[in-house]
Amino acid sequence: MRLENKVAFISGGARGMGAVEARLFSIEGAKVVIGDILNEEGRRTEAEIVESGGECLFVHLDVTSEASWQDAIAAAVARFGKLDVLVNNAGIFRTEGVLETSEALWDEMLEINGKGVFLGTKYAIPEMRKAGGGSIINISSVAGLVGGPGSAAYRASKGAVRLFTKATAIQYAGDGIRANSVHPGIIETPMTTPNLLADEAARQRAIARAPLGRYGQPEDVAYGVLYLASDESSFVTGSELVIDGGVTAQ
Amino acid sequence: MRLENKVAFISGGARGMGAVEAKLFTQEGAKVVIGDILDEDGRKTEAEINEAGGECLFVHLDVTSDAEWQQAIDATVARFGKLDILVNNAGIFRSERVEEISGELWDQVMDINVKGVFLGTKAAIPEMRKAGGGSIINISSVAGLIGDVISAAYTSSKGAVRLFTKSTAIQYAPDGIRANSIHPGTIDTPMTAEMLLGWYREDRINRTPLRRIGTAEDVAYGALYLASDESSFVTGAELVIDGGRTAE
Repeated sequence: MRLENKVAFISGGARGMGAVEARLFSIEGAKVVIGDILNEEGRRTEAEIVESGGECLFVHLDVTSEASWQDAIAAAVARFGKLDVLVNNAGIFRTEGVLETSEALWDEMLEINGKGVFLGTKYAIPEMRKAGGGSIINISSVAGLVGGPGSAAYRASKGAVRLFTKATAIQYAGDGIRANSVHPGIIETPMTTPNLLADEAARQRAIARAPLGRYGQPEDVAYGVLYLASDESSFVTGSELVIDGGVTAQ
Repeated sequence: MRLENKVAFISGGARGMGAVEAKLFTQEGAKVVIGDILDEDGRKTEAEINEAGGECLFVHLDVTSDAEWQQAIDATVARFGKLDILVNNAGIFRSERVEEISGELWDQVMDINVKGVFLGTKAAIPEMRKAGGGSIINISSVAGLIGDVISAAYTSSKGAVRLFTKSTAIQYAPDGIRANSIHPGTIDTPMTAEMLLGWYREDRINRTPLRRIGTAEDVAYGALYLASDESSFVTGAELVIDGGRTAE
């Protein structure tokens, strides 16, 4: 198994991509802690994984709260003894362009998508150091690579994640801690479905945009995250893994 | 197994990174054909894999020859019935700086490192179409992303591979054929052995945030991810495996 003896923390793990990552990680032998504000869905995902023979713990986590992150990482270590892998997956999406973006929306976006990644990284690093190294995977987006219509605050937040990842990679390589960003294109998740895949016309637009002629599924992202989490990628740090069906290659 | 029922062709598979990829791919269930100009090393790798229970065929291949590529792909399909994966791994390294590069040296590097990738891709695509899709993995380099104190022809050739890969990705996505480039940093292989002596080895380690030279396995696992259906939504992407070198 590719994550045997690893302990992984996944923010936003209650549903969507985070939940699929949690299931895949536990199939590959990891003990998984999922943190989320969605308590009911989080407990359901936890129960599903445990019932299928995996080891999983759900903890309530508001990624914008330093105290909440400290409690969550402490709970992970209390339960499973250490921390090897952190997936900063929690995030929100908004479609507003520059002029439509209120200051409140901007702040909320950067708090959750930007500061949430910073705080998770900050509290994971000391535990990874104790474990002799670790792997941090930050879910950015193709919106962190290129411009496009709308989603101004979202793009800014995902661009911040891209470079924060490289800063982490360089600063903690000496501790054996790797950090990489994943850049999904349009993926069918609870976050994107109400916006980018809301109706048939929107789905057709998403299909037309990707050279591979489809939008992605959470599994497409989860396998990339698995590669970066495992020791198979032990020489990979500060890299960007683009999983977008070819959208940004043209 | 992650490559069950897949047939893979690996150029430059006789030794170094290509041979390690061939071994890993067969462990994951693929049938592997290795093409190389190094007949003796190629047959040795073929024998090692077959003795370990894998299915492997060695074919002689000069990647600069259109006719040899055609024969190599034909031999693959004759032996294993189809082609799903192509790893354009064959390449040479030369350390000359701009003023020291002769016209012949430039042509040789471009012929092997770039035209070799083009011809392999051209020969593989019709067979991948018949197979209902495929995955092409082109070994570029961090030298295809940034400049370096030594080597200019090599750097140029790897930059060409980077963009040729994206052209392939966009043009053949409707056929279900994916194409991605891998950008290794400094890796210990027979190709780099001569270069990685003395001061240059120390310099490379010091420029690598993870403070080591990479191994052929580091690259092979990236190639495995891109070869498998786990990466079925990944095309036109660049997988950098460089210990953090280009992130700063």
